Amino acid sequence: MSNLQNNPNSTRSIIEGLQTNRSFGVLILSLLALLLVVPIGPAQGEYADVVLNEQAEKEGVRPVIYPHWFHRIRFRCKVCHSELGFEMRVGANKIDMAAITDGKFCGACHTGDVAWGLEFCDRCHSGLPGLKTGIKSGSKSGGPGFY
Amino acid sequence: MTRITQKQTMLTFWSLLLCLLVLQLHLPQAVGAGQWKDLTEDGLHDPDGPAISELQNPAEAMSEFPKDAVGNKVRWVNALREGYIEPRTNILPGTQIKVLDMDIIYERTGDQKYVLFPHRAHTEWLDCSNCHERIFKEKFRATPMTMMEILNGNYCGQCHGAVSFPLTECYRCHSVNPSTFKGKIGVQPTK
Ligand code: HEC
Ligand code: HEC
Ligand code: HEC
Ligand code: HEC
Ligand code: HEC
Ligand code: HEC
Repeated sequence: MSNLQNNPNSTRSIIEGLQTNRSFGVLILSLLALLLVVPIGPAQGEYADVVLNEQAEKEGVRPVIYPHWFHRIRFRCKVCHSELGFEMRVGANKIDMAAITDGKFCGACHTGDVAWGLEFCDRCHSGLPGLKTGIKSGSKSGGPGFY
Repeated sequence: MTRITQKQTMLTFWSLLLCLLVLQLHLPQAVGAGQWKDLTEDGLHDPDGPAISELQNPAEAMSEFPKDAVGNKVRWVNALREGYIEPRTNILPGTQIKVLDMDIIYERTGDQKYVLFPHRAHTEWLDCSNCHERIFKEKFRATPMTMMEILNGNYCGQCHGAVSFPLTECYRCHSVNPSTFKGKIGVQPTK
């Protein structure tokens, strides 16, 4: 490492390095690209907040904001993702009001028993209009999360 | 062989330097570390929603927890072990709780440190079935993973970067120094 500082050809070695070891180069380049692509605007929501808006807004209610941070203080991941059968992929579960009223998904707990009941519509339907279904602040499972 | 390794060292060095520079651009946000936005200004909640004042702000809930600079700004593993939180393990009575203390060390890491995967930190939160066999085979090296695929949201990247600490924390996974590690690669003997 010590001869790094005195080496005037370091930039060239990057290029050569990229050529001698392509997959490594591709990795580093994509890391850089990803860093550059990360939006600099205000961060949206708290890390791992999930927006659910497949039907909600079309049906005249606000999009649903599900906060992971709030629930993981109270439940291990496995309660939802194993016992209650939530797939670990945003959009992979067919969550709608009928299923919830039927005691599935959010409706397994929000019954007035484990947590307050379904009559408090606006606590779940709390999002700004126009939000798209997805996981916020971090990434969708499609790249590294930033903050 | 040695020539490539040296080049990779250079490459890593300069790339990390570049990464750091790029990070500077994001610093105004990063400085917010340890800070949380109130729900009314997080760009997600409708400040005019009728129940907005009934919801809890992140700062109110999390400011006493062990700190982190990224993600939820909480070091969740420590918050759990040190008793800051006691999240329920189950809501169905028959559910079995299994915690497994088994570390696995991976060595195909280029010039980065080796990766240590701790079963304990994971099974304190997750069920075996969250990973086996859906994401990982139950055998060392039976799952083909590379950093590229992880960054694309597969393998470790299915959770890290979405809900668990983000992938920018290289050294939290790449934590074993190859030059001082004397043991065997793969499943580690239990302590
Ligand atoms: C525990 C959280 C929760 C509560 C409380 C709740 N909802 Fe929902 N609601 C959801 C989720 C999640 C969806 C699915 C969102 C999506 O992707 O469109 C949804 C969807 C809907 C939809 C879209 C169409 C459909 O049937 O899925 C309507 C309309 C709706 N809710 C109305 C209500 C009303 C009215 C109340 C109060 C009586 C209510 N919700 C209470 C979570 C909740
Ligand atoms: C109270 C229930 C609940 C708990 C507890 C919970 N989750 Fe989730 N999780 C959800 C819901 C709801 C979704 C969105 C599912 C959908 O859109 O179909 C989700 C989605 C996810 C996703 C998919 C993200 C993506 O990029 O597609 C991951 C990964 C995940 N959770 C991991 C975790 C981890 C790790 C924990 C524990 C630290 C955890 N969850 C705890 C309810 C929960
Ligand atoms: C494993 C049980 C469980 C499931 C499943 C669950 N919740 Fe909750 N939720 C809770 C508990 C417990 C609380 C806290 C209740 C209290 O404070 O009385 C809560 C609170 C909330 C809050 C209020 C947070 C605040 O700031 O006070 C929202 C919003 C919410 N849940 C949305 C959802 C949505 C949307 C879903 C489905 C996608 C869901 N929850 C699924 C148990 C659950
Ligand atoms: C969530 C854990 C995790 C994080 C965070 C992480 N890595 Fe990795 N990394 C791995 C695993 C697992 C492998 C595969 C090791 C093996 O198969 O022997 C790997 C492999 C690699 C490799 C070897 C080449 C390749 O493509 O597989 C490089 C280089 C690498 N990581 C760099 C990084 C850098 C740089 C960061 C930070 C930006 C990072 N990693 C963050 C888990 C992680
Ligand atoms: C967060 C994900 C995760 C969870 C949860 C998890 N494992 Fe693993 N497990 C892994 C990974 C990764 C490997 C290595 C796979 C590979 O290298 O292809 C592994 C490997 C194993 C192996 C094989 C070791 C060997 O000898 O080769 C066993 C046995 C195992 N796990 C048991 C369990 C049990 C039992 C549980 C539940 C108590 C569990 N695991 C929970 C990720 C997980
Ligand atoms: C199913 C979800 C999931 C997968 C897949 C997963 N992790 Fe994790 N990991 C977690 C959760 C949850 C934690 C607890 C800390 C957190 O949420 O930030 C954690 C914590 C860790 C920690 C401990 C950090 C600390 O603070 O001590 C390490 C190291 C780690 N993961 C590495 C890995 C590696 C390497 C892989 C891939 C081989 C992997 N994880 C795959 C969910 C996952």
